[in-house]
Amino acid sequence: MIETEGLTKFFGDFEAVHNVNLSVPPGTVLAILGPNGAGKTTTIRMLTSILAPTSGWAKVAGYDVVKDAARVRASVGVLTEQHGLYERMRGLEYLDFFGRIYHLPPNVRQARAEQLMIRFGLGDAFGKRVGEYSKGMKQKLALVRSLLHDPPVLLLDEPTSAMDPQSAKLVRDAIIELRQDKRTIILTTHNLTEAEALADNIGVIRRGRIVAYGDMASLATRFVGPPLMELKTSQPLNGLAKDLAPLVKVVENGENWLRYEASNPAEINPQVLRRVLGLGIDVITLSQLTQTLEDVYLQIVEEDEGQEKQSHERAVQ
Amino acid sequence: MNALSSDTSDHVQTYFGNGFNWLHTLRNAWIITRREVRDSFRDWRIVVPIFLLTLFFPTLANFTSRVFINYFDKQGADGKEFIEAFLPLMPMLVGFFPVSISLVIALETFVGEKERRSLEPLLSTPLTNTELYLGKVFAAMIPPLVAAYLGVGIYIGQMILGSQQWRPDFSLVVLIAVLTTVQALVMVTGAVVVSSQTTSTRAANLLASAIILPMSILVMGESILMIQPHQRYVLWYVAGGLLIVTTLLVRTGAGIFNREELLGRSIDEINLRWAWRIFWEQLTGITREERRAAKAAGRPIRPNPIRYYRRTVFPSIRKLRGASLCLLVAMILSFAGGWALSEKWQLPLENKDNNQILDDMRDIWETAQKDPRWVTLAVTQNMRVLFVATLLGAFSFGVASILLVILPFGILGYLMGNVTAAGISPLPFIVAIIPHGIFEIPAIIIAGAAALRLGSVATKPPQNMTVGEAWLRAFADVVKIGFAVVLPLLMIAGIFEVHVTPKAVEWALTL
Repeated sequence: MIETEGLTKFFGDFEAVHNVNLSVPPGTVLAILGPNGAGKTTTIRMLTSILAPTSGWAKVAGYDVVKDAARVRASVGVLTEQHGLYERMRGLEYLDFFGRIYHLPPNVRQARAEQLMIRFGLGDAFGKRVGEYSKGMKQKLALVRSLLHDPPVLLLDEPTSAMDPQSAKLVRDAIIELRQDKRTIILTTHNLTEAEALADNIGVIRRGRIVAYGDMASLATRFVGPPLMELKTSQPLNGLAKDLAPLVKVVENGENWLRYEASNPAEINPQVLRRVLGLGIDVITLSQLTQTLEDVYLQIVEEDEGQEKQSHERAVQ
Repeated sequence: MNALSSDTSDHVQTYFGNGFNWLHTLRNAWIITRREVRDSFRDWRIVVPIFLLTLFFPTLANFTSRVFINYFDKQGADGKEFIEAFLPLMPMLVGFFPVSISLVIALETFVGEKERRSLEPLLSTPLTNTELYLGKVFAAMIPPLVAAYLGVGIYIGQMILGSQQWRPDFSLVVLIAVLTTVQALVMVTGAVVVSSQTTSTRAANLLASAIILPMSILVMGESILMIQPHQRYVLWYVAGGLLIVTTLLVRTGAGIFNREELLGRSIDEINLRWAWRIFWEQLTGITREERRAAKAAGRPIRPNPIRYYRRTVFPSIRKLRGASLCLLVAMILSFAGGWALSEKWQLPLENKDNNQILDDMRDIWETAQKDPRWVTLAVTQNMRVLFVATLLGAFSFGVASILLVILPFGILGYLMGNVTAAGISPLPFIVAIIPHGIFEIPAIIIAGAAALRLGSVATKPPQNMTVGEAWLRAFADVVKIGFAVVLPLLMIAGIFEVHVTPKAVEWALTL
C-alpha cells in the first residue's frame, strides 16, 4: 500500500514535486506518465526514502518514509532510472551481493537469484560479467535485483526501456503476475500502450504537479469526452442524424455512417439500433472507437499547457 | 509459489529484529567493503601500482639505503651516526607511497560510483548511511594499507636479512605503522569530503590536490623529524594530531554521506542567487515567503531594531551556547596552562616601586585620553584578531579560532603566575583587565564561539540542511553577531580601556 498527502520537494529554490496525493492499494498498478524532468523520479526517490519530502507525508507498506526510512527501503523493490550495475561482477555474484545486503540466507539467495534469472531469460548468463550483458539483459538483471527480496511494494522506473519486444512482454507478464500476487506497484513509463495495458490507475505529472489522476475510462471521459460510437449502414442515412439528435450527440456523419457520443453505451446503443432498424436500414457494424491513452495524454498536456499559458499571461499583466 | 514470489519477505522482516548494534553495523559495512575490495583487485589500474609499490619500491629503497650506507661507512664515526639517523626514514616513505593510492581508490569508490549511477540501487537498500560510509572507507583503506604494511615488512626484512644487518627498534616499527595508518585515514576521509562536493571523477581529481599537497608537505616535515633521533618522539604527537583531524573529517564525511546530499546534487555549479537568499534570510531573520506575504498584505516589513534583536540576534546567540562553553573551558585551561608554565620558566621580575610605575605610565595614559584615535586603535586591534580567528577557523573546523582566541589567556596566566611567584601584588594586574574586560571578554567569547561554529558546522550540519546551507547560515550568524553584538561591546570596551581602566590601575597602585 502506498499513500501520500501533500508530498512536496524543493531543491533549493526549485520545486521539483508539488502537493502530490496518491493512494495505491495492494494488487494495483499505478502508472505515472509525464515528460522528462516532470518529477517522476523525484517522487519515486521520496517513496524509496532516498530523498526526504520538504513537506507532506508518505507511507509505503505501512511505514512512514521519513520516520521508518530503513523499513521502507527493506519493503520496496526499486528499479532505478539508470540500472546502475557493477559491470565487473558476474550476474549471480551481483545478485548474491544484494541478497547479502537484504540478509537473505545463503541457500535462499542462491536459489532465488537463479530462479529469477531463469524466469527472465538470463539462465545462460549466470557466470557472465555484467559488462558483457546487452542493454536489455542489464535492464532485466536490474529488475531481478529489485525482486530478489520479494518486496510487497515495487517502484519501477521505465521497466521495459531498452528491451526487445519479447523481453518487454516477459516483463509485462511478470508485472501482471505480481499484481495478482497483491503487490503494490508504481511504474513510470513513456510507453503509453504499456501503461494502458498494465495500469489500474494513471497519474499524469507535469512540472511536479499531478495534473490528472484516475483509471483510463474516467480520464478518457474527462479529457476526450464520452465513448465514441461508429455506426455503419448499407443504405444512405438521409436525415437520420437529425432524428437521433434528442437521443445522442452526433459528432460526425457521412452518407452511410455516423459517429456519436454515448456516455452510457449499454443504454443508448439499443435505442439507436431500434430506431435505425425501425427505419428499415440495415446495420453493417456498430462499434466503439478506441480512445487511446495517447489521445488522453495529449489532451491532458494540451489543456495543461493552455492553463500554464493563461496563468503566465495573467502574471505578465 | 512461483519464481516471482517466495518466503524471503520473512527474512526482510527479521532484518531489524535486533535493533541497532555496532556488530550489525560493521557486518553490513563489511558486505560493501568485500565487494569493493574485490572490485579494486579486478582493476589493473589499481593492482599494478600497488604491486609495484609493494614489491619493487621496497627493493629500490633497500638498494638506495645500501648505497648510502656504503658511502657513509667510509666517513667513519660521523657516517655511522648519519646512517642511524637516516635509515628509519626509508620505511616511513616506503609505507607512504602505497597509502597514497588510497586517495585514488576513495575518489573512485565515492565519485566513480556516483558518476556511473551505480550508487542509487545501493542507496535504495536498507543499509544505513553509516554502514555505507564505513563500508566504503574500509574498502578504500584496506588494499593500500595491506600493501603499505607489506612494503614496510619487505624493506625491513631485506635490511635485517641483508648485508646491512640493521634491526629497527620495535617502537620505531610501531610508530611507522601508526603514522602510515593515520595518513591513510586522513587521505580517505578527506577524499570523501572532497568527493561529496563533486559529481565527476575529473573534478574530484582536481580537488584531490587539496589533500595530496598538504599531505606531501606533512611527510616532508615528518621526514625532518624522523632523521633527528632526539626529535622523533614528536611524530607521536603528529600522529595524535592526524587522528584528531581524521575524527573531524569522519564527522564531516558521515554528515555529508547521506542519501539526500548524494542524490540531491546533480551538477557542480555555484548557485549564487540561492546562496545570497539563504545568507540574507539568515542575516535579516525574514524569509522570502514572509517578505512576500507582508508585501501582498500591503504591509511591507520595515526595519525595527528591537524586533531584529529579539527575533534574530538573540536566537543566533542562543545557538552558540555549546561553542561558548567549549571556548570558556579552553580559555580557563589556557590560563591554567600558562600559570603552570610560569612555575617552570620564571621571568626575572623585580618588585618595582609603585610610584615609579605610575610616573612611567601616566604620560602614556594622558596622551591616550586626549586622543580619540586610541579608542579606535583598541577596537580595531581586537576586531582584527577576531577577524583572523574567524577566517582561520573557517578553514580548520574551528580549531585555529580556538587556538588564536585562547592564546592571550595563556600569556595572561603565565604573567600572573610570574607576578604571584615574585611576591608582587596581582591586584593592579587584575584591575588592568576587569573594567574593560567586562565587555571585552564576553565579546571575545561570543565572537570566538561564532567562529568555532562556522568552522565546525561543516562537520555536522543540522538535519535537513546541506553542508553549504548550514555553512552559509553560520556565516550569516557570524556577520550578524559581529556587527550587532561584538562590535558594540568592543567599542564600549575600547572607551573603558582608554578612559576607565587607567584610572582603576592608578587607584590600585596607590593603595
